[in-house]
Amino acid sequence: MGIHQISVFLENRAGQLAEITSILSDNKIDMRAISIAETSDYGVLRLIVSEPERTASILLSHGFILSMTPVVAVAVPDEPGGLARVLHILAEAEIDIEYMYAIIGRIAGRAYMIFRVNDEEKFRVTLATSGLATISKEELGIQ
Amino acid sequence: MERYYQPEIECASREQILRWQNERLVKQVQHVWDSVPYYRKKMEEKGVTPADIKGVEDLHKLPFLTKDDLREAYPYGLLGKPLKDCVRIQSTSGTTGKRVVAFYTQHDIDLWEDCCARAIVAAGGTDEDVCHVSYGYGLFTGGPGLNGGSHKVGCLTLPMSSGNTDRQLQFMVDLGSTILCCTPSYAAYLAECIHERGIQSKIKLKAGIFGAEAWSEEMRQDIQSKLGIKAYDIYGLTETSGPGVAFECSAQTGMHINEDHFIAEIIDPNTGEVLPEGSKGELVFTSITKEAFPLLRYRTRDICVLTREKCPCGRTHVKMSKPMGRSDDMLIIKGVNVFPSQIETVLLEQGYPANYQIIVDRVNNSDTLEVQVEMTPENFSDSLAHITDMEKSLVGALKAMLGIYAKVKLVAPKTIARSEGKAVRVIDKRKI
Ligand SMILES: [Zn+2]
Repeated sequence: MGIHQISVFLENRAGQLAEITSILSDNKIDMRAISIAETSDYGVLRLIVSEPERTASILLSHGFILSMTPVVAVAVPDEPGGLARVLHILAEAEIDIEYMYAIIGRIAGRAYMIFRVNDEEKFRVTLATSGLATISKEELGIQ
Repeated sequence: MERYYQPEIECASREQILRWQNERLVKQVQHVWDSVPYYRKKMEEKGVTPADIKGVEDLHKLPFLTKDDLREAYPYGLLGKPLKDCVRIQSTSGTTGKRVVAFYTQHDIDLWEDCCARAIVAAGGTDEDVCHVSYGYGLFTGGPGLNGGSHKVGCLTLPMSSGNTDRQLQFMVDLGSTILCCTPSYAAYLAECIHERGIQSKIKLKAGIFGAEAWSEEMRQDIQSKLGIKAYDIYGLTETSGPGVAFECSAQTGMHINEDHFIAEIIDPNTGEVLPEGSKGELVFTSITKEAFPLLRYRTRDICVLTREKCPCGRTHVKMSKPMGRSDDMLIIKGVNVFPSQIETVLLEQGYPANYQIIVDRVNNSDTLEVQVEMTPENFSDSLAHITDMEKSLVGALKAMLGIYAKVKLVAPKTIARSEGKAVRVIDKRKI
């Protein structure tokens, strides 16, 4: 099983994001990564959490609209040009990135990035042949 | 070839129609003045007497009647004949409060049935036809009206009334019904049942006359193709007799109003001012031949457009469009008439829930329109681009329908209050 991001619809109301983060902390759920894509009127909150399924059912019970989206976590060399190298490889392979964002914290000289791409299978193969590592959910402490 | 029930009337010259209207209006105003104190008082308040009304050009001088008047005058206040001359009542439920009760003399019923007969013949009906009437019978005008019209045409009339679909279909098959009269939604339901049971080949229907509720052109196409018939619209209201006030011809581009019995006007629902032909506004009817319930300038609250353009069917009576909404719901935004029902249609077509809110405001002396609609699990995506595309397509569809820009605001689920009433759907901050 790969990593699943929880995507939540955010109407741009002050406090809605605060509401979600306090729901998570009240339920002892850790956030591994967070990103918000937004327009002036609404947004999509993207979350990687320690317990995706439990989080989803808790948020649903609070009336949020959400979806579970498969994503891939990649270890990007934490050095100048590290990310550029990854992006170049993906462009060569004609893989479209829908969006990406960083995981909170870094380990042993590596930055972890979450990628959402149009062709996950090809993405994994391309990374493997280029010597880039994907990160399993266990490594990120996701149940 | 187009056939008519009363060709000398239905295809009369415009001059002839106007002569009838002038003559009958003058007589009718005198009749009302003499026998309906309720309306006479309204005329006196406006300073109008029968002598002021010399023809259709003076119609605008008369006061309006509204549903409130009917409620206030319930049950006998608008009666134009002694009860001993009346032979029937029909009734309709209002959205609030008391029912509307309309009275008929035998003469009134006769003319009403003529109107329905015109509709049946326009739909291709002859004395060879089997006319299957699935409108409700009883207080509702649908069943009795079409039943009477069908007799006049000489069709074999099946007074089915509504409900009991098994029996409807059995009679339709066994007796070979060729013309179906019912509400469009019931016609659509019967069409579904016929397909489910696979009995299309046993159905002999060729035409349907569907009215008493709003229906769209898409619904017409759907019914026509499913039943293999031509589906005709018919319009009427209990206050003016019942179905048959206006009916569709083979052109299917609007309903001919029976102008020898009714004078139609289009008014601005806010000012009451009469609008020129082709304008969208509230439909007002004056009954010029009814004896027992002679309503003058009755405001229907239906919003539509009239046209006197020459109709290919040969009929010369004015045509009305399908009602586009109700005047009580109408909003005027940037000078354009906007109906919540139009917005609702677009939302449903675009896959949004019918739960929405319309917010009208005035910013820098310019009206603004915002439509708030709830995000649904089906419409939600993790891709912001997908959501903005959906939003753009909704804005485009609203612009195409309304003619003005409406801002769309996608809101979190359950943030718009659920309500039975329509009033809550519109928040007009301009009035505050
Ligand atoms: Zn016509």
